[in-house]
Amino acid sequence: MTVLLVLLIAAPLSGSEFLNPETRALQDDPFENPGYLWVDRGAALWSQAGCARCHAPSEVVASSFPRYDETSAALIDLSGRINRCRALDDAPTWGYEEEPLLALTAFLLNRERGTPTEPALDPRAEPFRQAGEAFFRQRRGQLDLSCAHCHDALAGMRLRGERISQGQVNGFPTYRLLWGTLASTHRMFRWCNEAVRSEPFPPGSPEYVNLEYFLRHRGRGLRIETPAVRR
Amino acid sequence: MRARVNLPRTARAGEVVTVKTLVAHPMETGYGRDVRGAVIPRHIITDFTCTYAGREVFRAAFRPAVAANPFLEFHLRATVSGPVTFHWRTDRGEETTVERTIEVT
Repeated sequence: MTVLLVLLIAAPLSGSEFLNPETRALQDDPFENPGYLWVDRGAALWSQAGCARCHAPSEVVASSFPRYDETSAALIDLSGRINRCRALDDAPTWGYEEEPLLALTAFLLNRERGTPTEPALDPRAEPFRQAGEAFFRQRRGQLDLSCAHCHDALAGMRLRGERISQGQVNGFPTYRLLWGTLASTHRMFRWCNEAVRSEPFPPGSPEYVNLEYFLRHRGRGLRIETPAVRR
Repeated sequence: MRARVNLPRTARAGEVVTVKTLVAHPMETGYGRDVRGAVIPRHIITDFTCTYAGREVFRAAFRPAVAANPFLEFHLRATVSGPVTFHWRTDRGEETTVERTIEVT
């Protein structure tokens, strides 16, 4: 009931507010939460790969990604930024759902667990935020639904046995029980796109990076919960 | 296999302590199929053992129905200070061992 009341004033609510109590308990237990298997691995990778040679831990603000990037004159997300570092180091880049990339992004975002999402206010990024919002409101697929149809208008209602969340990204990468693994925002976007029977975009595509950037703005102030647990 | 173990460092003699373990494993059942329709071969953890000061105190046999990244919680009675060893083995013979020490006061 509290969930529904808060929704009336349209405040951003984390996906964990829509979970059943068992899943919520799993997320909140720092030992039982399986996402920490990836966080641990990410911590090991951080020192192995020598990230600390260039980056002081306090300097990296993982939740401020995606950000405007001058080199490409477009947005770059955290995964893209990590892969650029890899390229500079002549190391092979990682694919989106590859474990090392999931582990490192989870580790970096987990360090900011509990701090409010504070996306950068950059006028150069504004067109990309607008593109992300347009994507969010665009009808797509055989079901002819936009993200906003469910995640704005019907959040808090039931879809079969589940409560519809607001589609916030503050808990990503997220351990999804259904998949038995940690998953990136882009894998979730793909899954959602497929669920309305539309052609999903490739992970890391500008469409998804813009959408993620828009969602960070939409969820401004939500506390980072990485690694969250979802059904 | 990456494993996490939660065991108190110290315990009073005779105290019953809670042990938690979590291990990263896909637990592929052998019934799943990939996008091309080919059967994904079974790949599961089959055995877990816990020894305390050289004596086996807990054993579990896992089956294909166990979920990915198996979590186990069980209890031990702390009697003597010594090593507690956790050991997982898969059906392909892969093994992971984690060793901790418990101090009994």
